[in-house]
Amino acid sequence: MANVMTRPLKLGRAPVVGNRRRRNLFVLIGAFIVTLLLPPLGSLILPGIGPTLYGDIIIPLDQTLVFVLLALGLNVVVGYAGLLDLGYAAFFAIGAYTMGFLTSNQTPWYNSFHLDFWIALPISFISAGIFGLLLGAPTLGLRGDYLAIVTLGFGEIVPTVFKNLTTITGGNSGLGGIKSDAITLRELSGSGVLASGGTRQAFLDDTWTWWYYVIIGVIILSIFLILRLVNSRVGRAWMAMREDEIAASAMGINIVTTKLIAFSTGASFAGFAGAIYASTLGTANPSQFLFAVSILVLSMVILGGMGNIWGVIFGALVLGMSNSILIPNLSRSLANLAPNNAFLQNVATSSGFMIFGLILVTMMLVRPEGLFPSGRRKMELRGEDGDDIQPFVAASENDIEGLDSMRSINYNPSVTEGDGTTGLKKK
Amino acid sequence: MALLEAQDVSKNFGGVTAVSKVDFVIPEQSIVSLIGPNGAGKTTFFNLMTGIYSPTTGTVIFDGKPLVGLKMHEVTKRGIARTFQNIRLFANMTALENVQVGEHTRLHSGILGAVFRTPAVKAEEKYADLHGRELLEYVGLHNKADEFAKNLSYGDQRRLEIARALGTEPKLLLLDEPTAGMNPNETATLTNLIQRIRTEKKISVLMIEHDMKVVMEISDRVTVLNFGRKIAEGLPEDIKSNSEVIEAYLGKAYAEAVAKEKEKSK
Repeated sequence: MANVMTRPLKLGRAPVVGNRRRRNLFVLIGAFIVTLLLPPLGSLILPGIGPTLYGDIIIPLDQTLVFVLLALGLNVVVGYAGLLDLGYAAFFAIGAYTMGFLTSNQTPWYNSFHLDFWIALPISFISAGIFGLLLGAPTLGLRGDYLAIVTLGFGEIVPTVFKNLTTITGGNSGLGGIKSDAITLRELSGSGVLASGGTRQAFLDDTWTWWYYVIIGVIILSIFLILRLVNSRVGRAWMAMREDEIAASAMGINIVTTKLIAFSTGASFAGFAGAIYASTLGTANPSQFLFAVSILVLSMVILGGMGNIWGVIFGALVLGMSNSILIPNLSRSLANLAPNNAFLQNVATSSGFMIFGLILVTMMLVRPEGLFPSGRRKMELRGEDGDDIQPFVAASENDIEGLDSMRSINYNPSVTEGDGTTGLKKK
Repeated sequence: MALLEAQDVSKNFGGVTAVSKVDFVIPEQSIVSLIGPNGAGKTTFFNLMTGIYSPTTGTVIFDGKPLVGLKMHEVTKRGIARTFQNIRLFANMTALENVQVGEHTRLHSGILGAVFRTPAVKAEEKYADLHGRELLEYVGLHNKADEFAKNLSYGDQRRLEIARALGTEPKLLLLDEPTAGMNPNETATLTNLIQRIRTEKKISVLMIEHDMKVVMEISDRVTVLNFGRKIAEGLPEDIKSNSEVIEAYLGKAYAEAVAKEKEKSK
């Protein structure tokens, strides 16, 4: 060790990294301040129009932020660990129902046992994580497409289970009466200046403002946790596993536990999201956790750029807001355009799917790495000079060496070509 | 004392016997080469040593304990590291990160450690960083630490694979065709590196190699496989003149011609 310490080491591109870091920090602080000021500014900019418009914006915004949480969690599983999870809504549901079981006044055990939102929230986080372990365990031997199909199955099973446990979940009509601790900022300030101030201010008198700050807080906590995990031994193991399972295993990484940890970590954040979602609405309903939700979250991750937290947040904001504001409005305008034209009416009702489909296809064709790709992903898909994907010559994904040489007695000459990229795995 | 001892090891794939009843010994701090024509079962034998396959019959004893039945990552933890014939680096991670992944088994921090970043974890990460850079320097990649593995030249990728394997702090290093596709310059550097690994780091090396110049130059022992069987074993000079080996590589007619030549010269 001592030998290592005293030796002068050339630190590659350290100064550049330092500058970039400082710039990023400024951007982050700026974004944070804007985020905090958004509700009061919003309500001041639109004062005359009244609280309804504020509500029209803040409610979809809060719900979009819940999806930001989901996208952050799914990004751990898909973006960092490379496990395609098509049933992520299952954990969203588990978080929501955990919150419901612990706080709703409609559960059979409400009188003997119920909790506050703030205690139920971390429990939902942990419970989704535990279910991540349980559902992850049987899928561990699988990879790629097979894993995706099994998770797809779980995504269908979980809401169905909640739907059929009618005695405790209320079945199709949902579990209502979920308690929230939401209060308005005016109430929160107690008997202070705000309470005595006369005029009604949308952001002070709307509980959705409180939710806004709560969700922002949880998102910041989640980002912190994810960044810490990614920049650690655990995170390196995730990425190594994503890059090449056999090589990772040969480097001493236990693939089974590494997969489980990734799966369960990702699920935990869906637990956060589900718990908050159920609390904001006061109800949890099986129809809120359908396959479409899993796909929506996956689209957010893909749109933003897999493996890049900031890109994923941006993707989630764009798709979430269009899902809750743009598309309903568009549908309405389309429908109003020709009330008697049956075809146009049909187009109007399904315009959401149309737009998402369009976005996804365009993205895949024009910018498959997402809007804000991680440095890694960008190079993976484009090569550094922006040239096209080069085919991977040496081995297919599941090839185990030896089997390969067993099958073909001929030595594979492509392996020996001195062209820098040959032999490296492309996914 | 032998670091690794394989006894009577066989491996069948369905009806095909890839490796048949091979006895094999790697002494401590030695360089042992495994050679043989294509399809001779060399890589299969490698995979048997690293837990990718478990042998159909036979035992492998490493460092005094049996190796059979262990998973790949457990084998690595016991002290066997390897490189791959068709380079398998983590393409979209930096050179340094690749080596740090290699250090995985020698580090201990888990989820909670990562989240709370305790002093112990911080110290460990610092060690991982320094040790990783030191290993990169050792193989001659000290100024490539922040390059993505996929952007390195072919020769550098091969050396990075070795650095990554050294990150696991092995007692035995398995190299699968380390000089394949290299020019004579790169080959010379790598040959030198392998020798340094043995003498400075006191690590035994088992390598599959097609370049006979390299094999004869640095091996302490050479084992020859053909059709899954061991046909010869010994010092490089003995292997060079072994008629069965010549036959395996160059055909029966040639081997007979060589034998006649020998008789004539007597």
